[in-house]
Amino acid sequence: MTTIDLGTIRRLVSVTVDDVEHRVPEGATIMDVLDGAGCDTPRLCQAPNLTPVNACRVCVVEVEGSRPLVPSCARRVEDGMVVRTDTERVAHSRRMVLELLESANDMSQAGDDVARWSVEYGADPERYGPPGPPAAAGERGNRHPGHHAEPDGETRATVAQPVTVDNDLYVRDYARCILCYKCVEACGTDAQNTFAIAVAGRGFDATISTEFAVPLPDSACVYCGNCIGVCPTGALKSVAEHERREAGIWDPDDETVTSTICSFCGVGCTLELHVQHNTIVNVTSPHDHSVTHGHLCIKGRFGFQHVQNL
Amino acid sequence: MDLRLLPDAPTDVERTAIDAVVPDDLGSTGERRDLLLPAFHAVMDAVGWISRGALGHVCERLQVPPAEAYGVATFYALFSVTPRAPRTAHVCDDVACAAFGGDALCAALEERLGPAGEREDVTWTRSPCLGMCERAPAVFLQRAGDAAQRSSTIDAGPEAADGLGDHQQIAPADVTTVLEGLGGADVPGPDPVVSTPQSRMDRSRSNGTRPQELHLLSRVGIVDPADLDSYRAAGGYSGLRRALAVGSSRVVDEITVASLTGRGGAAFPTGTKWSAVAGSPDPDKYLICNADESEPGTFKDRVLMEADPFALVEAMTVAGIAVGAHTGYLYIRGEYPAAERAVRHAIEAARHHRLLGDDVMGSGRVFDIEVRRGAGAYICGEETALMNSLEGHRGEPRAKPPFPTVAGLFAKPTVINNVETLINVLRIVAEGGPAFAEVGSGRSTGTKLFCLSGVVARPGVYEIDMGTTLRELLELAGGVPDRLRTILLGGAAGTFVTPDQLDVRLTLEDTREIGATLGSGVVLCLDESVDMARILRRIAGFFRDESCGQCVPCRVGTVRQEEALARIVRGREIGDRKTELQLLTDVDRVMTDASICGLGQTAASAVRSALKLGLIGENA
Repeated sequence: MTTIDLGTIRRLVSVTVDDVEHRVPEGATIMDVLDGAGCDTPRLCQAPNLTPVNACRVCVVEVEGSRPLVPSCARRVEDGMVVRTDTERVAHSRRMVLELLESANDMSQAGDDVARWSVEYGADPERYGPPGPPAAAGERGNRHPGHHAEPDGETRATVAQPVTVDNDLYVRDYARCILCYKCVEACGTDAQNTFAIAVAGRGFDATISTEFAVPLPDSACVYCGNCIGVCPTGALKSVAEHERREAGIWDPDDETVTSTICSFCGVGCTLELHVQHNTIVNVTSPHDHSVTHGHLCIKGRFGFQHVQNL
Repeated sequence: MDLRLLPDAPTDVERTAIDAVVPDDLGSTGERRDLLLPAFHAVMDAVGWISRGALGHVCERLQVPPAEAYGVATFYALFSVTPRAPRTAHVCDDVACAAFGGDALCAALEERLGPAGEREDVTWTRSPCLGMCERAPAVFLQRAGDAAQRSSTIDAGPEAADGLGDHQQIAPADVTTVLEGLGGADVPGPDPVVSTPQSRMDRSRSNGTRPQELHLLSRVGIVDPADLDSYRAAGGYSGLRRALAVGSSRVVDEITVASLTGRGGAAFPTGTKWSAVAGSPDPDKYLICNADESEPGTFKDRVLMEADPFALVEAMTVAGIAVGAHTGYLYIRGEYPAAERAVRHAIEAARHHRLLGDDVMGSGRVFDIEVRRGAGAYICGEETALMNSLEGHRGEPRAKPPFPTVAGLFAKPTVINNVETLINVLRIVAEGGPAFAEVGSGRSTGTKLFCLSGVVARPGVYEIDMGTTLRELLELAGGVPDRLRTILLGGAAGTFVTPDQLDVRLTLEDTREIGATLGSGVVLCLDESVDMARILRRIAGFFRDESCGQCVPCRVGTVRQEEALARIVRGREIGDRKTELQLLTDVDRVMTDASICGLGQTAASAVRSALKLGLIGENA
């Protein structure tokens, strides 16, 4: 007999967005409402398979009765809530978040959406002056909280630093890291419960780090690669992708995606094989898949070499 | 939890220090992440830094993943995960100290000890405000190791062997005293009475006007802070007796009627917090006293705790019982060792006399207090960051809602009040809410403490009725300073006001009307000799240092603000002054509008007001 899960019965509440009233289930986030209404709401630290941390603040909206703007990804709707997305204040904050990030980070691999939002909101990172020199490997992780060298303002501080390559499966390119916390969440209670990485340090000098910044092989890392799966800026990527990009043979235009089922164990995770020029370059899983929620294990994500060996 | 630890083993000293603060039985969950800070403090106090082996042992005992523990250890300025000299002098070069000896002291120490942080035995480092602004320049001596082993001819004081480390405060500090302290010598402790000039004044003729009646400061300099009997002789514990007699709901009502507002800076109605938590059906509730006083220029809570610690213990007991909490946490800033010793002693004494514990004053009510020491992070004064810090997480603020009254410490309903706010409770319980509300006006009722520093004749903590003017307050401290240029009102998160605004009444409403804020009660007076560019860059640098880094507007915005200010001060604008001001306004707006917490939302406040008043740049 087929059973259909009807889910929990949820009361509908009324929310007004830019003068249009919406009836949505209680417990939905403002972003759920905006997505349902077809608004193009920018987002960086939000992911459908992770708990919202509302750290990036690019999805902010105005909510009547709240002095500061409100992160739409995390705030749950209340009956009678009045939301505005079309104001100058909202546009200003979104533009500034994108602009500040671009002024400090390499956002060139953050995807088409981010590039589009950046143009749409008018981010201009160059007005903060030329970028300062990159940090030496490991230097940023050794800064002491509460202390920094007084800047002269001639250049703008960035998080530029060399790529960390300390294992065979993936690289950490922290010049691209926007501290969205997604990898930490995926490594922790949201998926893997391994806790190999956490945010260390404070403020602008905060980094994603293992304990004492030891190489990944010395840490608790199990190479599930779920951190790669959620990284929005290309700060974490497979060695395969990194090497192709370095060699100038990365070719997303050629990429095809083939769905299959992982053959390693009986769970049966859905895999999406990303193939360029007849070579598997990455493996992912759809975040709305009822078994994986987008997360995989080391075998599913990296164990594809035998396919190529045929 | 299945932990993977680094292979490094702790030394015996590290192991002993850590084991001393971790109970053998960790309870049903087998983990006690909330003991992370106490455990790190134990290691720091024992050996002066947190080694791989020490961190591993802490993680093993408390069942915390090492990466997360490392994230916590590297969040705090007073902790070090690299070897550091076991004796370090933290020298305040913040707004209230820099121009008043702080910068000079740094230079002198650099000459004697070399660059900051360089030497391996003793060293010095710059520090944000240490809360001893009335006696600038201030120094906090962080000294690790067993006090008894100090190579000193001076007898260790009675505090030295109490397991709280051997840290000391020096103010005013000079290079000789600091070097002696670094050498292991005992240095004279602070004298709170010096910090409250009103205690010494002939109260019958304060400025020819009606003498200011002291309530919050009434016992400062009169009671012996180490003696419960002395406190009781001065009327102490009559408040708790009365509170127990009239019952909890009546106490909450009186607080609401008194219209008491929070004295930490946000001015939230205390009664609203208390009623929400008292009315919650959850059987587990908490009270927190926020004693993480770190707003630059603020030192009132320190003086209250050093001079009148029993009052805080009594007030916390009244509050805890009124809202139905069985445990109160006192989160005190790590740079306040004298205040910590005073309150810990007071709690012990109160416990001994059954004024805390399973049967408070024979009433059958249960309430006790646990002290937790901060470790050098301004952000932890933000209420939800403090809760995260106390739980053993990084001191990052949480999203609100839910508010602490619904889901606070350990996700339980929590009342969190500042020290001064709580001390006010005693007067309200004694005199009743309506009497309290008669002083002042509107939402600004009762008396308020102000921290006067800078170019005033008699710096210190002053208590005045809400509604007293800024000029009258300055008169109390020896008159409006000659050549007064500006006053930083409310702290680094406050605003500058000018000499033509001295007649503003010090209330929440009146200060807001002139675009200012009472904040935490900072009144830092600066005259024409002070380098305003230096002050502003220090404030901008302070927020850049103290941003937790969680949200983009504050993490990057504070960096860009400091850089732009540096260009303006140096006359090296990108474009012209107008484009730089536009850039600062844009950064200011996103920080104010879109930051998670009050730190980011006020990080541009002082800079904005200084630019508006033309205190720096070409108009200066």
